[in-house]
Amino acid sequence: MSDKPAPAFDPRDRAWHPKALVSSYNSTTLRAPSQPLLQMPPTVSEVSGPVFGHTELGALDADMIRNAAVSGDPVGERIVISGRVLDEYARPQANVLIEVWQANAGGRYRHVRDGYLAPLDPNFSGYGRCMTDSEGRYSFRTIRPGPYPFPNNGCSWRPAHVHLSLFGASFAQRLVTQFYFEGDPLIRHCPIVNTISDPKAVSQLVATLDMDSQVEFDSLAYRFDIVLRGRNGTWFEEGRS
Amino acid sequence: MNLKKTMKETPSQTAGPYVHIGTLPSVAGIYVPTHDTPANTGLEGGTPIIIKGTIRDGGGELAKDAMVEIWQANAGGSYGPGRTGWARSHTDFGTGEFRFETMKPGTAGGQAPHVTFMIFARGINLHLHTRMYFADETDANAADPLLNLIADTDRRDTLIASPDPESNNTWRFDVVLQGEGETVFLDI
Ligand SMILES: [Fe+2]
Repeated sequence: MSDKPAPAFDPRDRAWHPKALVSSYNSTTLRAPSQPLLQMPPTVSEVSGPVFGHTELGALDADMIRNAAVSGDPVGERIVISGRVLDEYARPQANVLIEVWQANAGGRYRHVRDGYLAPLDPNFSGYGRCMTDSEGRYSFRTIRPGPYPFPNNGCSWRPAHVHLSLFGASFAQRLVTQFYFEGDPLIRHCPIVNTISDPKAVSQLVATLDMDSQVEFDSLAYRFDIVLRGRNGTWFEEGRS
Repeated sequence: MNLKKTMKETPSQTAGPYVHIGTLPSVAGIYVPTHDTPANTGLEGGTPIIIKGTIRDGGGELAKDAMVEIWQANAGGSYGPGRTGWARSHTDFGTGEFRFETMKPGTAGGQAPHVTFMIFARGINLHLHTRMYFADETDANAADPLLNLIADTDRRDTLIASPDPESNNTWRFDVVLQGEGETVFLDI
């Protein structure tokens, strides 16, 4: 056990995050805990976390237009997504592993359990990965996903969205989320978006059109910045949390 | 320190039922030759163990679309290096069971040996965080700071895995999301 102090994390602002139980999103009804969460200051088990290396990524992991192509490029609107990963203190987060998954341009997932009638695209898997550089910057190239329906109080529709999974330096920073596209009228109708109460929090999940980053005569670009929990200025001693 | 919080954490959204595409692509049916996320923590030294379990919802149904991650110290109580000590599994589409291969952790930072669990699934808007302790660590568990925050012994026992009577060095950790026997979830 070390006496070296390490900065800790504040509790998550759970009023900013979606509530666990939201009746309009049916799947939460039996999966939301009914007991309050047990709150405790972080220990070495949460301040530490798995560290991934840039060398683990495949050469085409961040190119979802090409990483599953077999007979040409996938169908759909070519886009580049880029942004920065910061913490709550606006410090860039380097070496953050970002895992990406999404539906194809027709709203169909390449997944053994998705049976939506829109066809699979033989040249698109919807799988991707990238990692932030020393300034917290990331980017990947993909196809804009289509909206799709899902069973929820009858039929609900998801706005176009991309799923992201992020690993910061600490397991306490772990985050899985989704981003949406500026101007999509389905955002306000989505029961999953609407698990978030504060409209400002929702707007934090909307990628904005970024004309300056377009690839001329090739791809449009969207910007999406991400904020992970940050270690605060109070010090904690390992094992004496 | 002169730090000021100027930004809000990006809100979480559910991992959804197709979480495997991005996290365990072979489970979704996608072959990615460079992707390697075994359900083995890669730890060496100590007692090899298998951790198995299920995730049950408030209606008693098994959640068969969840993704589960663990993070733990090695037998000497140290974390890392790199991603060693981390592993990822999913609840099987048929049996609903997740499964990890690892080494029994040691005492880390004055805490009883434990494994951190994070659960991601459809209907879970912000991943659920919990811990698994070991039933054979009676003394260490009795002194563990987290376990001692749970006054109700029935609830505390939801974090304690029991040995599988059918196989050696196999620990069962069955998670209940809601209702009777609900697992204690953490806000750390
Ligand atoms: Fe989705």
